[in-house]
Amino acid sequence: MDAGEEKRKRSAGRLCCLCKGNKAALKRPKTLEQICKECFYAVFEEEIHTVIVDNNLFKAGERVAIGASGGKDSTVLAYVLSKLNGQYNYGLDLFLLSVDEGITGYRDDSLETVKRNEVQYGLPLKIVSYKELYGWTMDEIVKSIGLKNNCTFCGVFRRQALDRGAALMRADKLVTGHNADDIAETVLLNLLRGDIARLGRCTQITTGEDGPIPRCKPFKYTYEKEIVIYPYDLCIYSPNAYRGFAREFIKDLEKIRPRAILDIIRSGENFRISNSTKMPEQGMCERCGYISSQKWCKACVLLDGLNRGLPKLGIGRARAP
Amino acid sequence: MEPCGTLILLNFNGGLELLCRSTKVHHVDVELKPGADGLIMKDLLCWIRTNLIKERPEMFMKGDSVRPGVLVLVNDCDWELSGNLDTRLEEKDEVVFISTLHGG
Ligand SMILES: [Zn+2]
Ligand SMILES: [Zn+2]
Repeated sequence: MDAGEEKRKRSAGRLCCLCKGNKAALKRPKTLEQICKECFYAVFEEEIHTVIVDNNLFKAGERVAIGASGGKDSTVLAYVLSKLNGQYNYGLDLFLLSVDEGITGYRDDSLETVKRNEVQYGLPLKIVSYKELYGWTMDEIVKSIGLKNNCTFCGVFRRQALDRGAALMRADKLVTGHNADDIAETVLLNLLRGDIARLGRCTQITTGEDGPIPRCKPFKYTYEKEIVIYPYDLCIYSPNAYRGFAREFIKDLEKIRPRAILDIIRSGENFRISNSTKMPEQGMCERCGYISSQKWCKACVLLDGLNRGLPKLGIGRARAP
Repeated sequence: MEPCGTLILLNFNGGLELLCRSTKVHHVDVELKPGADGLIMKDLLCWIRTNLIKERPEMFMKGDSVRPGVLVLVNDCDWELSGNLDTRLEEKDEVVFISTLHGG
């Protein structure tokens, strides 16, 4: 008996509850089922296929941008989507879309990961830079405004970058790797902030259907734990910045009651907004067409300030026209 | 010869490697607690906190377990299937820690 075989024997605990043949390798948080690796890959992919079909996420012939950050979610999403696209003949024209903020050194690792994915999955990669999207790199913005205020720019520009990039690359749709844990966290944060408009939007699987580029989240019901385990021996992603307290709270809840994540998403979905609540009007930016409740969107206000040499414009309470 | 401990292969991933000198793979020799008849995960975590984690131990542990959001695989298997903290470890076992708390 060699060492490997001995090890398998020793830890040969329960059998997979699906195939009843192999040894169980993980406990699914969603269902608490104990399943083997082979069955896990199959149900993981099958569930995402079901979500895609049940929600009519795509139409044949669509050109779909996969927002690719080099992180685990978008990497697994790219892999699974391209696999399902082949297996079930979705007829999608998929490509990877990454944003280069133009911060020296900052994106090197993650862009390397995305370039590896381009080769591994055979998906074309488009990298759009802040320079192309906004006319400014982050380094140039920092030079112009100093380090103190650049977070305002970062947040606003980043939020719009994928949408603008997808439009630039003439995509019909943008998909992102937001998973069930992300969405549960967003539901909680929007509840805590009392942001009813965002609360309503954040649980929708597709948003922006009235805008230039609809965005959808095929991993809406996919647990982070499974996304992390799915490719783990491939070691294909680069870790990103650490996340905050709401995320930790989600993980604490998951530990006590794994279904809590789906329950939070459901409660967000079931939230009803009374008709007497005044909702901010969703309009379009007059300059760029991005969704905005003001005449100009936040990015355009900031850009206007930058271009006119008044970079403080749009930060805090100051407003352009 | 000195009685030695249990050889374990550790693998830190998903950002946890940053807590131990940015090294993912560690071959470690864990001495048993006096009187213990074998190594269990609870003692291994204790040993890691004392001997390997160089900074921010709270990113790795909460109480006497890993913090929620850190996945643990023992010989390729979810530790929730082998008894979590009570999982028994043997010579040359491989334990993988993956943080999910670093964004994607
Ligand atoms: Zn199975
Ligand atoms: Zn605009």
